[in-house]
Amino acid sequence: MTTHAHNLPNVASRLKDATGIALVSLLLGVPMIGLKTVDAGGALAIATRWPWLLAFVATMFVGRLVLQFVLDHVKLNKAKRARTRPEIGATRPWLKWIGYGVVGFALVLPIAFSGNRYVVDTATTVLIYVMLGWGLNVVVGLAGLLDLGYVAFYAVGAYTYGLLSTHFGWGFWETLPVAGAAAATFGVILGWPTLRLRGDYLAIVTLGFGEIIRLILVNWTDFSGGPNGIGSIPRPTFFGLPFSPDSDAGPTFASFFHLEYSPEHRVMFLYYLILVLALLTNLFVSRMRKLPVGLAWEAVREDEVACKALGMNVTNVKLSAFAIGAMLGGFAGVFFAARQGFISPESFVFSESATILAIVVLGGMGSQLGVVIASVLLVLLPELGRDFSEYRMLMFGAAMILIMVWRPGGLIAHREPTYRLAKKGAQA
Amino acid sequence: MSTMLEYSGVHAYYGAIHALRGVDLVVNEGEIVTLIGANGAGKSTLMMTLFGKPTASSGQIRFQGDDITRTQTHKISREGIALVPEGRRIFQRMTVMENLQMGATFADKANFDADLKRMFEMFPILEKRQQQRAGTLSGGEQQMLAIARALMGRPKLLLLDEPSLGLAPLYIKQVFKIIKELNTRDKMTILLVEQNAHHALKVAHRAYVLQHGEIVLTGTGEELLASAEVRAAYLEGSH
Repeated sequence: MTTHAHNLPNVASRLKDATGIALVSLLLGVPMIGLKTVDAGGALAIATRWPWLLAFVATMFVGRLVLQFVLDHVKLNKAKRARTRPEIGATRPWLKWIGYGVVGFALVLPIAFSGNRYVVDTATTVLIYVMLGWGLNVVVGLAGLLDLGYVAFYAVGAYTYGLLSTHFGWGFWETLPVAGAAAATFGVILGWPTLRLRGDYLAIVTLGFGEIIRLILVNWTDFSGGPNGIGSIPRPTFFGLPFSPDSDAGPTFASFFHLEYSPEHRVMFLYYLILVLALLTNLFVSRMRKLPVGLAWEAVREDEVACKALGMNVTNVKLSAFAIGAMLGGFAGVFFAARQGFISPESFVFSESATILAIVVLGGMGSQLGVVIASVLLVLLPELGRDFSEYRMLMFGAAMILIMVWRPGGLIAHREPTYRLAKKGAQA
Repeated sequence: MSTMLEYSGVHAYYGAIHALRGVDLVVNEGEIVTLIGANGAGKSTLMMTLFGKPTASSGQIRFQGDDITRTQTHKISREGIALVPEGRRIFQRMTVMENLQMGATFADKANFDADLKRMFEMFPILEKRQQQRAGTLSGGEQQMLAIARALMGRPKLLLLDEPSLGLAPLYIKQVFKIIKELNTRDKMTILLVEQNAHHALKVAHRAYVLQHGEIVLTGTGEELLASAEVRAAYLEGSH
């Protein structure tokens, strides 16, 4: 390897490289593009398409040149940045202001788009992922435990609400803490035997756990309704006031506030509900991070041996991270069930876990704001790609790769220090 | 002078390897004891058996009279033993301040500010760098941080595993100066494991030489410095 980082390779070597690629594409292109079978009166004949082949080879040649050029510049910029990097560890107050800006925008969004149900619905989905991302961030970003089965806790929360509400008539608010506790319990049950494992092994076990929960939900029909799921789950109420058209049953949200009934009230209410839940999650996690237990999570991520030497019970530290992450996932699950009104194992497949993990990794491990940006990206990209759905996954994958090339530490790799000492020296 | 730490007939295995073969070692209160030996002699194993990694298969380890041979790892440091591990093992992505906070996890919170001040006096560089990511410090600064982190827990016994490893000569000098200072000024009891035999023996009150998992020689620091055997094995060729 030459030192690409400091000086660009010369033009000749680039041309040589691109010519090589062009030759390979010529070789491949002759049978694949240059020749084509055609139907000539019942028999197969071969037609040639040399202009196409020429165009293909030329594209490859130019494409390779451009790609090399771009990659070289990415490397060069990175090297330059590394050299001129300001004092690392310094705080970045503007990140906080961006955060406030995002919250402000989130607050006015349903009012700004009040006529547009699609926007508010999509924003609600984004917020569910934000909340899940913040929950998983505790486990993966802070404690450094790779959890590939996070969706299991989401499912536990959702089914707790689904079952309690349909069988026992529990409401949204009563179920919330119970579901959180149930998910946390599952977290501890899973964590107790497995948290001794490291890295890859833990990832495999959590992956398996996620699948086990899903398979139980699919197969234990008496309990969970099997693949049919649970339907007609009651929607959350506004402190007891349902969002329904006027009826004799009692006051509704619309009649109580003397409003015209509109199904949009519920959409907006759901949006604000998840916004509040998500903000509470954020507040909770930021507080935890500053407490000794939060610092311990990060310390365990950094170096387990050192933690043990400092007297920390590493297993307990990891368990607490696992339980709290699970609990937050459970809360999100309750909201999900209440919003959909219907849940089935279909919603809790592995690809959900993967998406949530992608949000955390893309956003920058441990970064709260990064999770928001990544959730917006990961929910909106497939939505925007609806018109050319065949290429959706391709776009999605390409976007992920590009982000990882440009920002290997995630979109926001900055880590805000938890403790600041402004005074010169500690007071004693 | 009472006995702080005592190994009697300790055997330990790393898998099939018989790493410690009946080690007897005593550290008295207020002493600096140095353990020297070649690579693979079992120095680090000896130190780690104290933390139960690996657990001594036979024999006994006593700390201030209590048998701690089979005490759980995390409880041992809370007894008042602090380890500055080999390779420093600071929390790279956390700030210097956060590293120090972690060191004080099980210390009395009331002492935090005073201890912090003391650390900043002893290691002025850490005060300057307190908000910097620990991973951005130089090797020598990281070693200072590792020592300060261990001291934040107010230990009765400080274990240092190869504190001079991979450091520039200037920092090596400073590390040994600090060790000496901790002992004379703060009366800290120190067990020091070193390959840098020359420096280590100079600061030590007493020293042990470990070879193939056995203590082959013991005496005061000066005695061992003068001993022909030690000179031949550990000092010739080094400075």
